[in-house]
Amino acid sequence: MKILVCMGNVPDTTTKIKFDSEMKKLDTNGIQWVINPWDELALTRALEIKEQSGGKIEKVSVINIGKADAEPTIRKALAIGADDAYRVDAEPSDSYYIAAQIAEVAKKENFDIIMCGIESSDFNDAAVGSMLAEFLDYPSVSAVSSFEFNDGNVKLKRDIDGGKETIVISTPFVAIVQKGICINPRIPAMRGIMMARTKPITVSAPVETDSLIETTIFELPASKAACKMVDAEDTDKLIELLHGEAKVL
Amino acid sequence: MSIIVFSENRIGKIKKQSLEAVAYATYISKNNSKPVIAISVGNVNNDELAVLAKYGASKIISITDSNWQNHDSQAYTKLIAEIVEKESADTIIFSHSNMGKAIAPRLSVRLKAGLASNVLALPLSYSPYVFKRKSYNGNAFQQMKIKSQKCVITINPNSCDLVESPVSVNITDFTPTTVANAATKVENIDLITGKILLTEASVVVSGGRGLKSSDNWKPLEELAEVLGAGLACSRPVSDEGWRSHEEHVGQTGKIIAPDLYFAVGISGAIQHIGGISGSKVIVAINKDKDAPIFSYANYGILGDAFDVLPKLIESVKKFKSA
Ligand SMILES: Cc1cc2nc3c(=O)[nH]c(=O)nc-3n(C[C@H](O)[C@H](O)[C@H](O)COP(=O)(O)OP(=O)(O)OC[C@H]3O[C@@H](n4cnc5c(N)ncnc54)[C@H](O)[C@@H]3O)c2cc1C
Ligand SMILES: Nc1ncnc2c1ncn2[C@@H]1O[C@H](COP(=O)(O)O)[C@@H](O)[C@H]1O
Repeated sequence: MKILVCMGNVPDTTTKIKFDSEMKKLDTNGIQWVINPWDELALTRALEIKEQSGGKIEKVSVINIGKADAEPTIRKALAIGADDAYRVDAEPSDSYYIAAQIAEVAKKENFDIIMCGIESSDFNDAAVGSMLAEFLDYPSVSAVSSFEFNDGNVKLKRDIDGGKETIVISTPFVAIVQKGICINPRIPAMRGIMMARTKPITVSAPVETDSLIETTIFELPASKAACKMVDAEDTDKLIELLHGEAKVL
Repeated sequence: MSIIVFSENRIGKIKKQSLEAVAYATYISKNNSKPVIAISVGNVNNDELAVLAKYGASKIISITDSNWQNHDSQAYTKLIAEIVEKESADTIIFSHSNMGKAIAPRLSVRLKAGLASNVLALPLSYSPYVFKRKSYNGNAFQQMKIKSQKCVITINPNSCDLVESPVSVNITDFTPTTVANAATKVENIDLITGKILLTEASVVVSGGRGLKSSDNWKPLEELAEVLGAGLACSRPVSDEGWRSHEEHVGQTGKIIAPDLYFAVGISGAIQHIGGISGSKVIVAINKDKDAPIFSYANYGILGDAFDVLPKLIESVKKFKSA
């Protein structure tokens, strides 16, 4: 069996977000790029499952839709332990486009399990995984917080708002994962970094897809009025403000 | 043409977020005169379904067949696509909930309908649609234009006022031609009962590492109790096991948007803010005047949480009984 982990290349989560003068494109000056945090967890869990599978899972691959400047992030995934990588050489413009590109590669390579993160920390679309599953006509399970693979049988837990469901599913499928899937993301070790240098990255050209949406402009949050301080002794005053002024009580 | 809203329920009760989605659809309908149709899957009785009409749904398509009880995104997508076709809908609205996030993107692909997810406000324009949505974890907003004929949107909690606009309603029990045929088998459902759901709460009380240990949560629980609020925490608190992971909010936890959020002993790291920046009003209680949380908060108290909380609880009690 083969696992594919979909991996976004995103600005480090502490980045101060700025745009070009037309407010159309992210100003990438000085940005540190990282593996999307959820995808790092997905990759870690995929590697754990592979190691525990007694050879049932032969390899874990990662895929990124991005330009060549995403390669350092892809190398990092290889250093963490992915066996090989795919990159479709295209600007990751929107989720529909990204999912369509991943679907092309996934169809050719016949992966049994595909893992995505629940949300990218740049686009916040929470969409690519489910879109990919529809392109492939695979079942999908979203908000997965536990992933067990025993002797080829898969048991997942997913969060429903206000509870959890335990689900059994057979391959192939797409799992869209979130918190809980593993404890801590793996970080590359020296040996991994050395080995990553020789692991293959297969680069392909994008396919034509429909274009359904367009970003017209970005906005930054309005600067907020200064915080109104209330004396620690005067909690009545706080309640009065929340009731009378803010009208939230 | 019509507008379809996918309505979610929990143990037979329609979720507040779904009422917001119907109210949102009704705003659109006032602009373009398309009727609002709600789809409900599961065991919801007609009296409860009628609540959807209070917010403007004039037709309710209810699927109560037990084969459809368990959510399978692939099958639900086919089911909704069938109804979209039948009702010639061009706008399909979901809550940005776990279920909405699981189905809406699949439907977008199936219908070749542009997806606007994480929508935060009423449309900025109707023809073509332009939506304002969250991006960069709330550090920016994106205006998104829909270029396709149909569109699918998921709206965030608290993005639409719950204004009533009652209409007379026609409730039909629907038997889809699509078969349920779920590829996913739900073995077990574990529901949290009795607690106020974090994603539905209009007031949330949240504690951070500043509270020092799990033994110190009593005053926070009491404050939540008197306010009728949900309880939340920062990531280190759930990592330490002081509180359940269910309560962790932030970029890597739950994303919430209550009317009022109390951050107690929370420093206000950017990843924490990513999960709560949609709150209408933020109150910070912290003993460090330079804590970043004060630059996001609307109201602040500089002080020791263990001194402030008992007083605050008394003030709330006084206010509630007045
Ligand atoms: C990729 C990534 C994702 C992350 N995701 C999340 C996330 O989803 N959610 C999240 O919360 N964090 C997240 N974090 C962690 C985040 O960076 C912070 O470390 C975390 O939010 C800090 O939690 P805290 O505010 O509770 O603790 P601290 O930063 O330790 O702050 C404690 C605060 O309590 C105050 N305090 C202490 N004693 C008292 C007292 N007696 N009375 C009043 N105030 C007191 C202190 O002044 C301080 O401001 C993430 C980090 C990374 C790298
Ligand atoms: N450019 C990309 N290349 C590969 N996978 C991606 C890309 N962007 C997003 N993904 C995957 O889709 C998930 C959800 O992203 P999004 O739909 O943008 O919120 C991420 O966690 C990744 O697993």
